[in-house]
Amino acid sequence: MSTATRSLPRTIGAHAILVTYTVIALFPVILVVMNSFKSRAGIFGAPLTPPTANTFDLIGYTTVFGQGDFFHYFQNSLVVTVASLFFVLLFGAMAAFALSEYRFRGNTLMGLYLALGIMIPIRLGTVAILQLMVASGLVNTLTALILVYTAQGLPLAIFILSEFMKQVSNDLKNAGRIDGLSEYTIFFRLVLPLVRPAMATVAVFTMIPIWNDLWFPLILAPSEETKTVTLGAQLFLGQFVTNWNAILAALSLAILPVLILYVIFSRQLIRGITSGAVK
Amino acid sequence: MDTETMAAETRAKRPIRWHVGVFLAPAVLVYTAFMILPLFGTLQLSLFRNIEQSQVFVGLGNFRTLFGDPNWSVNFWNALRNNVWFFIIHMLVQNPIGILLAALLSSPRLRFTAFYRTAIFVPTILSFVIVGFAWKLILSPIWGVAPHLMDFVGLKSFFTPWLGKEQYALTALSLVSVWQFVGIPMMLIYAALLSIPDEVIEAAECDGVTGMAQFWKIKLPLILPSIGIISILTFVGNFNAFDLIYTAQGALAGPNYSTDILGTFLYRAFFGFQLQVGDPNMGAAIATIMFLIILAGVCVYLFLVQTRLRRYQF
Amino acid sequence: MKTKLLTALLLGTSILGTTGMALAEDVTLNIESWRGDDLTIWKDKLIPAFEAKNPGIKVVFAPSAPTEYDAALGAKLAAGSAGDLITCRPFDKSLELFKKGNLADISSLPGMDNFSPVAKAAWQTDDGKSSFCVPMASVIHGFIYNKDAFDKLGLKVPTTNEEFYAVLDKIKADGTYIPMAMGTKDLWEAATMGYQNIGPNYWKGEEGRAALIKGEQKLTDPQWVEPYKELAKWKPYLGDGFEAQTYPDSQNLFTLGRAAIYPAGSWEIGLFNTQAQFKMGAFPPPVQKAGDTCYISDHTDIGMGLNAASKHPEEAKKFLSWVASPDFATIYANALPGFFSLNSTPVKMEDPLAQEFVSWRGKCKSTIRSTYQILSRGTPNLENETWVESANVINGTDTPEAAAKKLQDGLDSWYKPAK
Repeated sequence: MSTATRSLPRTIGAHAILVTYTVIALFPVILVVMNSFKSRAGIFGAPLTPPTANTFDLIGYTTVFGQGDFFHYFQNSLVVTVASLFFVLLFGAMAAFALSEYRFRGNTLMGLYLALGIMIPIRLGTVAILQLMVASGLVNTLTALILVYTAQGLPLAIFILSEFMKQVSNDLKNAGRIDGLSEYTIFFRLVLPLVRPAMATVAVFTMIPIWNDLWFPLILAPSEETKTVTLGAQLFLGQFVTNWNAILAALSLAILPVLILYVIFSRQLIRGITSGAVK
Repeated sequence: MDTETMAAETRAKRPIRWHVGVFLAPAVLVYTAFMILPLFGTLQLSLFRNIEQSQVFVGLGNFRTLFGDPNWSVNFWNALRNNVWFFIIHMLVQNPIGILLAALLSSPRLRFTAFYRTAIFVPTILSFVIVGFAWKLILSPIWGVAPHLMDFVGLKSFFTPWLGKEQYALTALSLVSVWQFVGIPMMLIYAALLSIPDEVIEAAECDGVTGMAQFWKIKLPLILPSIGIISILTFVGNFNAFDLIYTAQGALAGPNYSTDILGTFLYRAFFGFQLQVGDPNMGAAIATIMFLIILAGVCVYLFLVQTRLRRYQF
Repeated sequence: MKTKLLTALLLGTSILGTTGMALAEDVTLNIESWRGDDLTIWKDKLIPAFEAKNPGIKVVFAPSAPTEYDAALGAKLAAGSAGDLITCRPFDKSLELFKKGNLADISSLPGMDNFSPVAKAAWQTDDGKSSFCVPMASVIHGFIYNKDAFDKLGLKVPTTNEEFYAVLDKIKADGTYIPMAMGTKDLWEAATMGYQNIGPNYWKGEEGRAALIKGEQKLTDPQWVEPYKELAKWKPYLGDGFEAQTYPDSQNLFTLGRAAIYPAGSWEIGLFNTQAQFKMGAFPPPVQKAGDTCYISDHTDIGMGLNAASKHPEEAKKFLSWVASPDFATIYANALPGFFSLNSTPVKMEDPLAQEFVSWRGKCKSTIRSTYQILSRGTPNLENETWVESANVINGTDTPEAAAKKLQDGLDSWYKPAK
């Protein structure tokens, strides 16, 4: 699609498709957030209209804030997500580099071994993981969650990153070796910056399941001090099944932080993608 | 680690490459301790059976039950069939839409791309709790958002309570899942498209290859490895899927098991449900079969597809 | 290894203890439960009442969502991180925990003699020798109706099947209200509020239930198929799109005043009282012919047991004894109208709707849900299948006869009644 020959109808067509899809993507989210500001009668009577003076009501939010320390839960989620993300990216990139860069016996086998984890739901290992955590006294700590999520995120990260690392020019690396750079320097200085777009993508993929996970917080760290925001929201849903004001408010509160995080993150992500691509 | 020693053996002339070990060690250690050991601890349960509160080795007995006893096999084949359909819908709907959106977004000089990209990815970052709840509301015949909207465009008569009908529920949920995850293929393909060097495009333009022809003839072959990745990721993700069905339809995957996929079938067997007491041994047997299915898929990808795709180094 | 595990466990619990804001010498007991709804009642009423009498013991109520409760509890028990007190599901689910050694034998607990053998049966071994949970409450099935709607349409409370359908027809003809608020999306609503609600009148309560367990009756016998035939007749009286109507949808339909009759469990009373803006009444499942004996499902639903691995068994037993006391029963039954105490000492309840439900115990014969004892031990699971088939029958995708046959075939494939 050349810039010079790009025609107006084609641009309009592109925008039309993208706008349509954007509406489809955002509609349910907007619906939830919009209705969370309405009274019970307003929600059931006219779900599609935005809150008016008549139907505006913050009762849902008052209920939610009266119930649990959502700010604290949010902090826990943030700590767990950021720490796990850091380890997944660091360890994952290192392993992916080893797999894609060096030929050694057992390379393919090692690759397969590291990919096993994406083939079995980690949930199945729950009992053994919990026993491990009990034995090491890590139950009801955020560390337990970080360890599990790091292990859980690694296979996919290695899988995607090694694919991208194979595309990094050999000439560049060999030039570095001729200049006498160590393998570590080549990895951190030459290769990592080049795979930034892939790193950003992996970061997003890793972040989502961690943030949204319900199972391991429930099993490993259900105490009030270590509760994550998703677990908090789920317990809340269980408690207020029919109170849609409260549910919609809780859902909105669970959506907004991730949304903000993502919008901030997506700037970085795009910068990463473009800087890696434009050479 | 043994990879190092192996490497040392093959390349005796070179010094031991410690750095390979250093690069691999942290990932391998964490991953082995917190994922592989617990998982295989569970999978080996499939060879045992709980008789009088003690684990007795039964060899492949559980697998014989799974495939031979109609009480299990009927449910298993039903779940597998549904899972295949779930996967087909993702391949036919999610991935083409993802590629289309990525292609549109990567066209130069298009405005607002940052906004579109961010917006379209939003569903992907939502938790299943939210997605399941929001779509149940929208499709609910009582709350009336979907009937209302369809009335708007004159299609009211086509509305049925999809999630409650055996013939539609699975397809409806597959599409919800597509809605949620279309951002993933979009982002991966987008990154791949952006990393195509300008020289390649310019050369194509000099030869008069532009527009759609350029996409099909130049770009598509270049992003084939990425399409390979998203296909295998979709495969793995779909055959491990569980949460959406669970939050939207419950563990019994109603109506009449029409939305039961391997993940929900496994969950009921392993952890139990309501009065059904969990049977970790049968659960492990199902998990092993799921694992073998996915492993087969991944091997096909690694050894057949990936080696045939030409990889371009830029 | 074992000692290492133990020290680590101690370490873990001590961390827990300190974060619980308790004094150093205080013992903290954790309660595992699926009743998130009752959190405030435990926090504000029950626990303070216990702590006031038992200084030095702190109690924390830590519920998880009902859908995850059993799986999460199982994992925690296996790993040794579960709470001291375990809220018990009735019958086999808890029996299984007892057999695994997760629940302690509390047959000799002071206070257990406050309960009748029937109440204790849900948490005993098949031979009745060991008890492992203190019975807390039972729930009664019936129908809750919108009194204002009934008055407006000039309807009388139905007592027989004929009257029941006449009432439904009138509501339908009038058109203001959806005659009955029930959906089949969540499956269990159809089975629990439908089949188990009206069924006892046909299979004669305990008589039929016991005969089924003994193998003298089959699910394909007329008294077991008949309730399905009735359920199939409900379809035209349910709201549009009932196939995708969830349980909360049904609750909302009724409490918003859009539906006239709600096939109910008594546990709804508390919620309905706070949400409905109209007067409500209740009636037991209608009998086939006037003058027939009526049967109701008065199902032992919730109990509490002691984690065999608890670090503080003495304190936990003290708590359980209190749960078995009339004191607890009075607070509990009044805080949660619709959860009826199983204590032999009669409890005075204030709520009129709860009184109405409990009054049926006097004129009808009580039974428990037919699928709960023994019959749901194997694969396929009779309870789960009953959910699926009840929904199928109402949806019209299975005939009553076909549904009954599927259930009986499934049961026959593993269940051999003791001869």
